Amino acid sequence: MSSQKEQRPVAGNRGYIRQKKERTIDIVSRRLAQRYRKEKRFKLYGLFSIILSTVFLAVLLTSIVSNGYSAFFQTYIKLDVTLESTMLDRENLGKSDFQGIIKQSITKLYPEVADRKSKRELYALFSSGAAFQLRETVMKNPGLVGKTIPYWVPADDDVDMLMKGHSKRGVPENERRLDDRQLGWIDKLVDQNRIEKKFNVTFFTAGDSREPELAGIWGAVKGSFFTLLVTLALSFPIGIAAAVYLEEFAPKNLATDFIEVNINNLAAVPSIVFGLLGLAVFLNFFGMPRSTSLVGGLVLMLMTLPTIIIASRAALKAVPPSIREAALGVGSSKMQMVSNHVLPLALPGMLTGTIIGMAQALGETAPLLMIGMVAFIVDIPGGFTDPAAVMPVQIYLWADSPERAFLERTSAAIMVLLAFLIMMNAVAVIMRRRFEKRW
Amino acid sequence: MQMTAEEREVNKVAAKSGANREIFLPPERERVKDGGKPHVSAKNFSIFYGNFEAVKKVNADILSKYVTAIIGPSGCGKSTFLRAINRMNDLIPSCYTTGTLMFDGEDVYGRYTDEVQLRKKIGMVFQKPNPFPKSIFDNIAYGPRLHGVKDKKMLEEVVEKSLRKAALWDEVKDRLDRNALGLSGGQQQRLCVARTLAVEPEILLLDEPTSALDPKATAKIEDLIEELRGSYTILIVTHNMQQASRVSDYTMFYYEGDLVEYAPTKQLFTNPRDQVTEDYITGRFS
Repeated sequence: MSSQKEQRPVAGNRGYIRQKKERTIDIVSRRLAQRYRKEKRFKLYGLFSIILSTVFLAVLLTSIVSNGYSAFFQTYIKLDVTLESTMLDRENLGKSDFQGIIKQSITKLYPEVADRKSKRELYALFSSGAAFQLRETVMKNPGLVGKTIPYWVPADDDVDMLMKGHSKRGVPENERRLDDRQLGWIDKLVDQNRIEKKFNVTFFTAGDSREPELAGIWGAVKGSFFTLLVTLALSFPIGIAAAVYLEEFAPKNLATDFIEVNINNLAAVPSIVFGLLGLAVFLNFFGMPRSTSLVGGLVLMLMTLPTIIIASRAALKAVPPSIREAALGVGSSKMQMVSNHVLPLALPGMLTGTIIGMAQALGETAPLLMIGMVAFIVDIPGGFTDPAAVMPVQIYLWADSPERAFLERTSAAIMVLLAFLIMMNAVAVIMRRRFEKRW
Repeated sequence: MQMTAEEREVNKVAAKSGANREIFLPPERERVKDGGKPHVSAKNFSIFYGNFEAVKKVNADILSKYVTAIIGPSGCGKSTFLRAINRMNDLIPSCYTTGTLMFDGEDVYGRYTDEVQLRKKIGMVFQKPNPFPKSIFDNIAYGPRLHGVKDKKMLEEVVEKSLRKAALWDEVKDRLDRNALGLSGGQQQRLCVARTLAVEPEILLLDEPTSALDPKATAKIEDLIEELRGSYTILIVTHNMQQASRVSDYTMFYYEGDLVEYAPTKQLFTNPRDQVTEDYITGRFS
């Protein structure tokens, strides 16, 4: 391009001067290659960062899924359970000796096991929860009494780990959880097709337990649900009211500046501090019950409020002033302007902020430790004032447990937590779409 | 120039209000019935943004039912003055006024004046078309609904009447339930005019209503102003001097916050009294 221009005939003195003086277009074209190189480099940096973070995400997800997917299956052992009417009191089924019935069925499978020590080792292959499960089955279905039924009982976590290949047979006997004799018994079950991996329903329906094969995430899911319900019900209206007041009505003076600075600072305060505040105010001062969803929700509300307020104010600021002018111009009051026009337009942004706050609250552990939600709670919470655990705390508790079987359950629980987070984000996207369409 | 009786009457009013200059009615335009009384009058009216005096001690009467154009270079205070009339400047925290601005014998900035009621009587159309992101019907019906009209039939009537006045009815009558943002820029601006008319104001403030529109849409808006002349007191801020000369009966020229000249449009454009005015309208600066 520039060479063509140089060939153009130049006339007289002016042409001479023009040739001597570098033209802007030449400087531009000389710099152009450099500018493109710079842009290319910058793009590469960006690409590299994205690839790096994708790799990390992939590693994280693979490790979680590969560790955790096996927890969705559980080894069950088939027993032929004879529900003798002599052992079962029809009037008082609940108090019957189901433990005894299970033990009887086990010994029937292994008639050669006689002494007490060996029997105890044999019984250890079966989950201690088997008797409770049988009790529930029979209570639900009293017609079974007197019959012999094939009944699948969960295997003990050590057997489960062996069947899933997490513990190896090759290790020396004294380093193994199961000795050679127990392995023999298990082989016999395998030969008789009495041992099988089935979908782990317990994991999704039970509360926490000391026994990995009986432990489930449902208690924590419900605990999280109640906790987040409290958080949402309080922080959404309070946060939006605060944002609307500060953004639309409050006079701009030293006091509101001070409040604004404080809200921004609170968003950065470590969450455990909110836990301490909750402990001091809700538990000690107001005497609310500890370890409950109610208090957990209140603490998380304190934590998410700054996030929601900041996001909502940003959403309100983004509403074009022309809409406000239009509303005021036809004679609406400030209140009508806000509620009829500004708020509906800002709502998608507010909802996004709220969901981000909620997702943050869903994954929060530290403040809940301070108000006693880290307790070992077996019962599934039925309300806001029942002792409850939440999902991240459950993960923390399981990660702390020594049993090998809790390792996979930790990862499985993380998967459940991630699934809920993805669901919440999906809800946010859908809600945003819907509100934006209406407007 | 020979004055007619009517012009003398108007000038008497103008002199009383302190305008202190002869005001001629435009001879070539149709006279407006019951028009020419001072509708808005400013006395020593100044507007400040913090320490900056954006409009300096203006004394002027805006005559009812006539179209008054406000011209001047950017930043001269013409929009500020216009927005002061329906207290739109209240949105700016640092803005305050001195002197008095009377509207229909009521102090606009008086302690007991309700700005919501004031804005119902003084409608405004803005520079950029700003329809609500709602249906066309809801856009027009919003104002009447605010002021308590609930009856569906009455609302429909108001919507049709306003759209007809704004010369938009024929274009949108089949799609009143469509989103107003789907209209073209010119249609949107006429919709904004209709929305303002729907609350039955006495004064229409137009803040550069055509600066975001193409010539065709501009012509439509100008026709509309012509149509509304005589029914409303209209104040129009414009950068386009041809537009001012086309649509207005009176013209105010602002320069650096001063109301330099205020005269019948024809007189201001053909025989300006002030050198600055002449320089501006002849394009020596802008």
